[in-house]
Amino acid sequence: MNKTPFFQKPGARSVMASVISILIGLLAGSILIWIVGLISPTISAKGIWEGIRLVFFGLFSTGRNATGALTFGFNPTNIGNMLFRATPLVLTGLSVAVAFKTGLFNIGAPGQYLAGTAASLFIALSMSTGSGPLYDWLVAQGNTPALTFAPWLVWTLAFLGGMLAGALWGAIPGLLKSLLNINEVLACIMTNWIAANLVTWVFDVSTLKNVIEGTKTGYIYKTSFNNVATSKMGLDVLFPNSQVNGGIIIAAVLAVLVYILLTRTTFGYQLKACGSNRFAARYAGINDKRNIVFSMAIAGALAGAAGSLYYLSGNTEFFWSTYQALPAAGFNGIPVALLASNHPIGVVFTGIFMSMLDICGLQLTNLTAYNEYITDVIIAVIVYLSAFSLLFKTMLGRRRKAAAEAQAQPRPEPDATPEPEPQPQPLPAEEPVLLQQPAQSREQQPSDQTAGEEENA
Amino acid sequence: MTTFFENLTSGSMVFLIRQTLIYAVPLMIVALAGIYAERSGIINLALEGIMIFGAFIGVLFVRLVQQWGWFQAVYDADNYLALQGFMLLTMLVSALLGSLFSMLLAFAAINLKADQTVGGTALNLMAPALVLFFVRLLVNQNTLQMYTGDSAGWFMLKKAMFGYGRTDQPGFLFDTFVNKVYPATYVCILIFVIMSVILYKTRFGLRLRSCGENPQASDSLGINVFKMRYAGVGISGALAGIGGFVYALTTTNCTANGDVAGFGFLALAVMIFGNWKPLGVAGAALLFGLFKCVAASYGSLYVLNSAGEKIFFLKDMGINTNFYRLLPYLITLIVLAFTSKSSRAPKAEGIPYDKGSR
Repeated sequence: MNKTPFFQKPGARSVMASVISILIGLLAGSILIWIVGLISPTISAKGIWEGIRLVFFGLFSTGRNATGALTFGFNPTNIGNMLFRATPLVLTGLSVAVAFKTGLFNIGAPGQYLAGTAASLFIALSMSTGSGPLYDWLVAQGNTPALTFAPWLVWTLAFLGGMLAGALWGAIPGLLKSLLNINEVLACIMTNWIAANLVTWVFDVSTLKNVIEGTKTGYIYKTSFNNVATSKMGLDVLFPNSQVNGGIIIAAVLAVLVYILLTRTTFGYQLKACGSNRFAARYAGINDKRNIVFSMAIAGALAGAAGSLYYLSGNTEFFWSTYQALPAAGFNGIPVALLASNHPIGVVFTGIFMSMLDICGLQLTNLTAYNEYITDVIIAVIVYLSAFSLLFKTMLGRRRKAAAEAQAQPRPEPDATPEPEPQPQPLPAEEPVLLQQPAQSREQQPSDQTAGEEENA
Repeated sequence: MTTFFENLTSGSMVFLIRQTLIYAVPLMIVALAGIYAERSGIINLALEGIMIFGAFIGVLFVRLVQQWGWFQAVYDADNYLALQGFMLLTMLVSALLGSLFSMLLAFAAINLKADQTVGGTALNLMAPALVLFFVRLLVNQNTLQMYTGDSAGWFMLKKAMFGYGRTDQPGFLFDTFVNKVYPATYVCILIFVIMSVILYKTRFGLRLRSCGENPQASDSLGINVFKMRYAGVGISGALAGIGGFVYALTTTNCTANGDVAGFGFLALAVMIFGNWKPLGVAGAALLFGLFKCVAASYGSLYVLNSAGEKIFFLKDMGINTNFYRLLPYLITLIVLAFTSKSSRAPKAEGIPYDKGSR
């Protein structure tokens, strides 16, 4: 028999737990659609069935045919748009995941995202490239910019500037946490709103408000007005008529870099050690205070990159009056990270999955009486389930173990289902250890489970 | 001296106090919601979500009741006492449903021993999603409004109700605390006082607090920690639900759009700022409300000079609006920086209770 069965591996169990969470989430969404359809007098049974199909397969929707039935097939526009929308999600997900790995809850991603966005837009729009509608307009106004730069240089500086701004913004809660022991959740919430107001203020007094297109009030110029846009890297050939660009590739590369940083370097090991047990790490000679700041700065840089890449695409417009609401892309990094069990590579896939749900939601709005918010409900259900994903992992592990035992021995019963429990299983601390809880490492879990089982037996 | 007195009773002052209370009261009651949860040992990050949900439920209830025409006759007869009864009923419904919604957190955090921060985040994501989903289905737009009229017309006290004419000057105190005031504000203050007394002066309160400090010791004395924590989260949900509805009633004209402008998170800050104690929370909420009020209306605040002229001192300073808007958050951060050393969170908060552990 296989020495370590596939399903016993922690990685495989994490994936299985996520898959179960996703399936239950989609199921919950479908049930909601069904119930609403039953109550609503305007939605027929056919409408319900269409809604459910779109929740699952909206990505492959190609609209309706002549008879009014939904059609499905390969839809390159949808897939391209999905990859485009996935870019900021992957990066904010990475941001939250890095912080989680080091024992911090980065709810400050929206603020860092805004900081990155603002810095990138400022650099991308104020360093003139000597071409594009913005340049023409400035010339017509008699303000010909004295200096011009190559577009690639402007793009690179804008991207790096965005990351730097995000890093600085993320470092603030990190500093407050390490020096003054202020709970990072609270500091992040405050810095989010400060960023939202600050960004509004900065753009309010800037000259970057879109005045060329008179109908657009409240928007900043697109970066394409200054001829700055992320390279398509050939993806537009694969997925024509979509917004896709090289941003998703950059995001994937960053994910790999973060993975390497966390698993293959001393610095990454130190960060994780602080996350597992800050006090043990300090005892081992690791500078925990410094590492908290660095970890938040890295998280901030990633969230900043998210905002930067989204708005450097050239065809996205930034609504600068941000003080009333924080960008959803920042908060959505939390479910992305949780669903991936904070694994940097996993984040790429869960980020793409979340944006697929987005696309499904849009199809739902366009084609049925339902609206896109159902996908937010599904995401929330998935996060809720991931809060106790450990339960799934434990259950999976136990079921496999029971099955393995049943195979090894002459099987006593046809089905080795776990017995119903009189009381919930005492679980070890959840994997992303938050606040100042003492942590239990992943390696300890199997032994804890057996202990729990014995107790309950 | 007369100028000083006139300033104290000027229209600007009346406005400032009234408006500060309007902002402070939802914060206060939601922060108390936070206290109840955390004192029982559960971090309730979901306050924002529960507020959003409570606001939606309240507005929906008002809308439905108006649609059924239950209080129309009362409204037409100008019977403001009965209308306040309607408001109380709505608060009750918001409290019940808020409490129910918070059970999602309680179940995950208490029974399944899930991570409380993540559970709270899930509720924060769930509430706006559910609310917007249903609002869009109900009215085909993103904002749910009252069926008829506005919140001021239905639920606000006006001097005409007390027999004053249009030109009568009923005096400073009446102007500040009765005229153009939502009685919901005072109901909330009353609830705040009662719930604070319950937390500190009753056996139940003591038991609840003990579960947030040392649940093992409480358990050894025969207190059911799970039950107490359920009670803590349930009360927390009820208070946050009320807070959400009152926020919607007093600041957004009784509308729900899946957003309470971060008030739930602010309440969390107020709670920590107030050191997990009701009195501290009340003070912190008032301070916060004052800043919010200044940010929202600094342009219309004035002082009278000796000649009796209005000086719009804040407007005249020429500082950007956005500065006033970010001020409350900045001040919170600074105050936290100074007080964090002495702040004392409940010892067992955030740690799932496990009978077996020591």
